[in-house]
Amino acid sequence: MQRFLTDRKRATGLGSGRAGTEHHWQMLMSSLAVVIAAPVFFILFAVGLQRTYAEVLAWFGNPFVAITVAVTMVVILRHVMFEAIEAAEDYVHGTLGQLTIVGITWAAYLLMAVGLFALARMAL
Amino acid sequence: MADVNRGNRPLSPFMIGPYYKPQLTSVSSIMVRITGLVVFGLSVVIIAWLLAASASETVFAAVNPIVQSWFGDLVLLAGVWCLTYHVLGRLRHVVWDFGYCWNVKVSESLAVGMFVGATVVAGLTFIAFLAT
Repeated sequence: MQRFLTDRKRATGLGSGRAGTEHHWQMLMSSLAVVIAAPVFFILFAVGLQRTYAEVLAWFGNPFVAITVAVTMVVILRHVMFEAIEAAEDYVHGTLGQLTIVGITWAAYLLMAVGLFALARMAL
Repeated sequence: MADVNRGNRPLSPFMIGPYYKPQLTSVSSIMVRITGLVVFGLSVVIIAWLLAASASETVFAAVNPIVQSWFGDLVLLAGVWCLTYHVLGRLRHVVWDFGYCWNVKVSESLAVGMFVGATVVAGLTFIAFLAT
C-alpha cells in the first residue's frame, strides 16, 4: 500500500495537531488582555454596584461605561472559557470530554449574550 | 519513520497524588486554573444582576438584596480574590513565557506575591465597601 504520509510531511508544517503554536499564542494574548480588562471591569462594576435602581440605570446607561464594561466582560468570559476548556481537555476524556467542551462553550457564549443584552437594554 | 505509531506509545502519567510532592510553584499554578474556573462560575451572579437591573425595577428589587446581602458580599469578595489571583497568576505565566524568572527562588516569591497581592486587593475592596 502506498504511503501517503511521507517523511517530509511528518517533519514539516504545524506539528501533529496541525495547529502549531496557535493555541499557546492565543492563551498568551488572552492572558495579557485579561490583565488589562479585569481591573477596568472590576472598578466600573464596583462603582455601579451599591446604588439605587435609578443610579444603576444612569451609571450603566453612560455610553463609555456600557461599552467598556461590555468589552472587558467579553474579554474575561472568553478567557475563562479557554481556561475551562483546557481543564476539560486535561481531566475529562472521551465522549464526556467532548460534550463538556461543547457545554462550556455554549455556557460562555450564552453568558456573553445575556450580559451584552442587559447592558444594551440599560444603555439604550 | 513515515509509519504512524499506532500503539505502544508512552502515556504521560497523572502525577498529582502520591508521586508528586506539592510545591509552591505547582500548587500556585493549579490555583490559577481553579480561580479561573471560580471566576467563570461567579460570572453567572454578575450577569444575573445586570439582567435584573435591565429588566425592571421590580425584578431589580427582588435580585439586588440577594447580591447585596452579607452572603452575596462574601461571594463577590471571593470573586475579587479569585479574579486578582488569576490575573497575577496569568501575568506570571506570561513572564515565564517571555523567558524571564526561570529560577526556583524567584518563582516561589512570585507565588507568594500572587497570594499576598490577591489578599491585599480583596482586603482593600472590603474596606472600600465598608467605607461607602
